[in-house]
Amino acid sequence: MGEKVLMKGNEALAEAAIVAGCKHFFGYPITPQTEVAAYMSKRLPKIGGVYLQAESEVASINMVLGASASGVRVMTSTSSPGLSLMSEGISYIAGSDLPALIINVQRGGPGLGGIQPSQADYWQATRSSGHGDFHMLVFAPSTVQEMVDLVSDAFTLGDKYRMPAMILSDGMLGQMMEPVVIPESRNDEPPEKSWAACGHQNEREHNVVNSLYIEPHVLEDLVRERFEKYSEIKRTEQRAEEYMMDDAEIVIVAYGASSRVSRSAIDTARKEGIKVGMIRPITLWPYPDKYIGEAIPKAKVFLVVEMSMGQMIDDVKLAVNGERPVEFYGRTGGVIPTPREIHQKVMELAEGVKQ
Amino acid sequence: MTVTFTKPHALTDIPFHYCPGCTHGIVHRLVAEVIDELGIEGKTVGVASVGCSVFAYNYFNCDMVQAPHGRAPAVATGVKRARPEDVVFTYQGDGDLAAIGMGETVHAAARGENITVIFINNAIYGMTGGQMAPTTLPGQITQTTPYGRDVKLAGYPIRVCELLSSIDGVASAQRVTVDTVKNVNVAKKAIKKAFQYQLEGLGYNIVEVVSTCPTNWGLTPKDAVKWLQDNMLPYYPLGTYRDVKEGIL
Amino acid sequence: MPKITVDEDVCKGCEMCVDACPRQLIALDKTKVNSKGYHPAKLVKPDECTGCRSCAIMCPDVAITVEV
Repeated sequence: MGEKVLMKGNEALAEAAIVAGCKHFFGYPITPQTEVAAYMSKRLPKIGGVYLQAESEVASINMVLGASASGVRVMTSTSSPGLSLMSEGISYIAGSDLPALIINVQRGGPGLGGIQPSQADYWQATRSSGHGDFHMLVFAPSTVQEMVDLVSDAFTLGDKYRMPAMILSDGMLGQMMEPVVIPESRNDEPPEKSWAACGHQNEREHNVVNSLYIEPHVLEDLVRERFEKYSEIKRTEQRAEEYMMDDAEIVIVAYGASSRVSRSAIDTARKEGIKVGMIRPITLWPYPDKYIGEAIPKAKVFLVVEMSMGQMIDDVKLAVNGERPVEFYGRTGGVIPTPREIHQKVMELAEGVKQ
Repeated sequence: MTVTFTKPHALTDIPFHYCPGCTHGIVHRLVAEVIDELGIEGKTVGVASVGCSVFAYNYFNCDMVQAPHGRAPAVATGVKRARPEDVVFTYQGDGDLAAIGMGETVHAAARGENITVIFINNAIYGMTGGQMAPTTLPGQITQTTPYGRDVKLAGYPIRVCELLSSIDGVASAQRVTVDTVKNVNVAKKAIKKAFQYQLEGLGYNIVEVVSTCPTNWGLTPKDAVKWLQDNMLPYYPLGTYRDVKEGIL
Repeated sequence: MPKITVDEDVCKGCEMCVDACPRQLIALDKTKVNSKGYHPAKLVKPDECTGCRSCAIMCPDVAITVEV
């Protein structure tokens, strides 16, 4: 167990990746995640790792593809506009069954947008990270410690399932400083990657890491096989935190920064006797609909809080499946909601529940 | 009887899908012969690009990675930085290397990325049916320049070797062709040098092979060779544009 | 005596070997059609082959083996 230190989210994330055995980072500067790259550029050369500033996010994600294809743990980090540039590469990484860690420190959008935090890339992360039928693992930390823990899981599960993983952070989490314990060493054995394109040393048939399957039936079979894997992941890897859920009639669903703000609002409302609680998704894909399902019997209304115009609300509505009303509170453009605003919304809903 | 010419080990037994007379086949063979002669098949990783040669991963016996269109130099960078002891090459056409992939090409060269790039310049987009390429000649008729490439509208062809030769990270930039037995032998020497320099850690190496596309040029293989000699070689002169060991800078 | 062997199923009848042979010893065999629909190349004057390998060097399909 390492000692407790005060660290900025972006930097803790980088250090955690190194501890997890990732010694290869390819990235491009963009606010508000440039600290990840800067940290890696200082640390990696000292431990025999590779830090390379690429010429763009397009190049970065393709370098990640190459390094992953050769069998090493590799990551990149970016923010919303940069993620758009990585869509193509992410699709190819998924289509080639490669693991890779992609960090998105979300900022205001669309377009050049702003540099303040947002959660407006939820759809991009869970629905449309690239063309074609595929998913990537998506994790949503809400504390600096969670960033550290989830980085490690993202690498382990990415290698296990041979798929890309994303940590969906935001500008607030990336910049904040909290006490954190960084593990001293990785918590798993490096897996054997017999499929890697790393030079066959004349000891085996040549490996081809590829996403082109020109025969439709072959491609369909492959994609179906992947989706069986995804079904298994949906069954076994859903994660969420339940806060004050035992008797909650108003159920807030929020992740990342909005969950922190919501927690304060819940504490205030509870002091006033309102039965409000929160389901905080930690995996956004697979979406923790089991937790939502279990909350339905006691719940009277769901309130989704997001820093966007409402993206995760789609998944909540799917999970609630019409059984209960699903309300929304959101701010966007880089504006962070205050506990007071959310508390106000909760009080409005509480009035409705009473009637 | 001794066999004095046969298929190199670094080529698989899968027959090429290329058109009759397409010079891709000659260049694939030269690359494979060089890999055999240098004894590096076991530690070579090739990066296939997108174009007619998209199935290159089926033809080479070394480990292969498929890259998105234009991104092969970045993918190759990822492989080489992760496995510096491996020999990494890309095999790209003119659209892949000089249109969509121009950024990746220039920056891999600027970084002096220690890789070998085989560049097939046939002045046209083959796989997609014969559209204009960045290397299409002024006046050349293609599917998207049906009246001949008008430089006022569609700009000028890019001479890649000349362009890259000004970059310090480039160890070697050579332009060759495969129109005659003599030139095929010269091309092979150039390809060998481009791999040898990678083994010596000298930087980025590119071999631009002026090639034919009989199908999309609308010519027989023999006439395509003549068209190459008459039209392409004057615009894309053969030679060494950069060689750090020979002092050509 | 030097000779070439053409893999008839791989040959695409492109005639690069025909043009390359310095002694014009190769021609397409119009009496045959291979599984891809091409007339494969054939060494029509085997006695004059010197094993120079020009044909094999120019063959884009690696269809020719040369022996001496």
